[in-house]
Amino acid sequence: MDLKTLTFLVVGATFALYIWIAIKSRASSTSEFYVAGKGVHPVLNGMATGADWMSAASFISMAGLIAFKGYDASVYLMGWTGGYVLLAMLLAPYLRKYGKFTVPEFIGDRFYSNTARMVAILCLITASITYVIGQMKGIGVAFSRFLEVDFATGLVAGMVIVFIYAVFGGMKGITYTQIAQYCVLIFAYTVPAVFISLHLTGNPIPQIGLGSTMSDGNGVYLLDKLDLICNDLGFAKYTTQKGSTLDMFLMTMSLMIGTAGLPHVITRFFTVPKVRDARSSAGWALVFIAILYTTAPAVGAMARLNLMKTIQTGEVGAPNSNLAYTEAPSWFKNWENTGLLKFEDKNNDGRIQYYGPGLDDKAASMGWQGNEMVKVDRDIMVLANPEIAGLPNWVIALVAAGGIAAALSTAAGLLLAIAAAISHDLLKGIFMPDIDEKQELLASRIAMGGAIIVAGLLGLHPPGFAAQVVALAFGLAASSIFPALMLGIFAKHVNNKGAICGMLTGLGSTLIYIFWFKGWLFIPGTNMAPDNAANWWLGISPGSFGAVGALLNFAVALTVSKFTANPPEHIQHLVEDIRVPKGVAAASDH
Amino acid sequence: MKSASEYWRRNLRLVIISLIVWFVVSFGFGILLVDPLNSIRLGGYKLGFWFAQQGSIYIFVGLIFVYARNMNKLDREFDVHED
Repeated sequence: MDLKTLTFLVVGATFALYIWIAIKSRASSTSEFYVAGKGVHPVLNGMATGADWMSAASFISMAGLIAFKGYDASVYLMGWTGGYVLLAMLLAPYLRKYGKFTVPEFIGDRFYSNTARMVAILCLITASITYVIGQMKGIGVAFSRFLEVDFATGLVAGMVIVFIYAVFGGMKGITYTQIAQYCVLIFAYTVPAVFISLHLTGNPIPQIGLGSTMSDGNGVYLLDKLDLICNDLGFAKYTTQKGSTLDMFLMTMSLMIGTAGLPHVITRFFTVPKVRDARSSAGWALVFIAILYTTAPAVGAMARLNLMKTIQTGEVGAPNSNLAYTEAPSWFKNWENTGLLKFEDKNNDGRIQYYGPGLDDKAASMGWQGNEMVKVDRDIMVLANPEIAGLPNWVIALVAAGGIAAALSTAAGLLLAIAAAISHDLLKGIFMPDIDEKQELLASRIAMGGAIIVAGLLGLHPPGFAAQVVALAFGLAASSIFPALMLGIFAKHVNNKGAICGMLTGLGSTLIYIFWFKGWLFIPGTNMAPDNAANWWLGISPGSFGAVGALLNFAVALTVSKFTANPPEHIQHLVEDIRVPKGVAAASDH
Repeated sequence: MKSASEYWRRNLRLVIISLIVWFVVSFGFGILLVDPLNSIRLGGYKLGFWFAQQGSIYIFVGLIFVYARNMNKLDREFDVHED
C-alpha cells in the first residue's frame, strides 16, 4: 500500500474514533459544555490536560527548534514544563476552590469590578488568538504534506476540520476526545523515537540513547559526534550556548508563568471534583507531558544528525561526498512540493551542499558558492524525521495522525476558552444577562467560528515558526493574566484599581514590544525596527518580554493598591475562604 | 481548631521551599551555572545540558507530587480537608 493511502487510512481511523467519542459524550448543559460537569478523574484530567497542552508547537515544531538550536532550545523544554509547578502551587487549587467556569469570572468577582472582568477578557482573547495562530501554522504544515498540496491550501483544509470538530462537543466531549488524542499523539511521537534511537545507539529508550555512544563501533558519544559534525560543517556546536544568558533566562521565565496563566490550561483544573484533585492533577498532567518533553531532545538531536549525514555523506571537501540531487530520497522531493524545503544548486554541480556560516571561507576554495539548502522550515523536522530515518510507511502515517491530533486537541481547548470568554463573560455576564442557556451555547459556537477565521487568516503569514508564535502567546498570558490571578489569591489588599492598571500595563507593554518587532497585528512589513538582537532592548527578544511585562504588572498593581482604598470586607473574606479547601462547591453544583 | 493564619503560613513555607528547588534546578543548573556544570559528565551528557533538557523536567514532576502529598497532610492536620 502506498504512503498516501496508508496515511488517509490511519488519519481517517483516528478521526472516526474522536467523532464517535464526541457524539457519545456530547454536552447538554452549559456546565457540561464549559467544565464537563466537574466530574473528571484527576489522572484522566491530567491526560486530557496533556493533550490540551501539547499542541502543534510541542509535537511538530519543538523538536525541530531543538534540532537547529541545540542547547538554546532548552528554554522551551524547561519553560513549558516548569509552569506546571507554578500552576499546582500558586493557582490551580485555589481557583478550583472558588469553583466557577472561567478565568475572567474569577478576576471580575475577586476585584469586584466588571471593568476588571472586561480587561481580563481582552487579555485572554489576545493571548488565545495568538496561540491559535501558532496552531494553524502547524496544522497547515501537517495538512500540506499529508494532502500533498501547498501550505495555504493545507491551512484552509485544517481550518475547516477544526471548525467542524471544535464546535461539536464542548468541554465534556473535548475532555474525553483529548484522552484518546493523548494516546494517539504520545504513541506517534515515541514509536519513531524508539526506532531511531535503537538504530543510532542500540538503546531503545530515547532519553538514554541521547546520552549513549553511537552504535557504529567507534565508541563516540552521540552528542559529541553531533558537536563534531556541526563544527565541521560550520554550524555552531550543538550543546553550547549561542544566545545571551539574560534572554534565555527571561524566555524560560515567560514561558513558565505564561503556562500558568493560559486560560485553556487553567480551565482544565475547574473540571476535577476536589481541591486535592486539582493539586495531583497538575502532577499527572506533567507526567504525561514529560514523556513527550524528555523524548523531544532525542528526536531533535537525532533528526539533525540524520539530516546532516544524509546530505553530507562523507568527509567535508572530499569529492563525491555530497548527496547528488538526482539521488535525493523521496522525502526530500515531497517536502520540496510543499514549499517548506528549498534547494538551489548555486554552483551547478548537481550536488547538495548544506553548511553554516563558519565554513564560508573554506567553502569558496572547494568551489561551493553558498549554502544550497536555502530553506529548511524547522516545523517539518518531526514529520519528516521517520522518512529521513527510513522507517516503514505505517510509522510515517502514524506521525501525521499524531501531529493532527496534537493540533486539533489544543485548538479545540483554546477555542473553547475564547468562546467561553465571549458568551459566558462578555454576553451573559455583562451585556445580556437575560439570555438562556441555549442562546449562550449558540453564541459560544458562533464565537468559535469567528476565532477560527481570524486565526486562520493571520496564520497564512505567521510571525515565526509554530513554536515561536506560541511563545509570543505565552508572553502575553504571562504579563497579563498570571499576575492578576496570583495577586488575587496571595495579596489580600490588592484592589480593583490596582489589578486593572496592572493588567493593562502588562498586556500593553508586552503587546507593543512584540508588535514593534513583529509588525502591528503581525502584518508583515509594518514593524518599526528589524527583529534582531542588535535592535532589541537590552537584547531581550519579543518572546522573552512577557517576564518583564509580568514584573511591571506586579509592580503597578501593588503600588496603585497601596495608595487607594482597601478592598471591601466581603472580598477579604472571599480571599480567606479560597485559601482553605474545606467547603468546596460540590461536584454537580452548577 | 488551629488557626487559618497558621495553616496559611505553613502552606507558604512549603511553597517557598518548593519554588527554591524549582528555581535552582532550572534557572540555576540549566542556565546560570550551565558552563561550570558542563565540565562534569553524565554518560554522553554534559551535566548542565542534561539538567536543561532532561533533569529539570524529572525534578518538576517529583516536586508537584511531594507538594500535593504534604498539602494533603497539612489539610488533615488543620482539619480543613474536604469531606
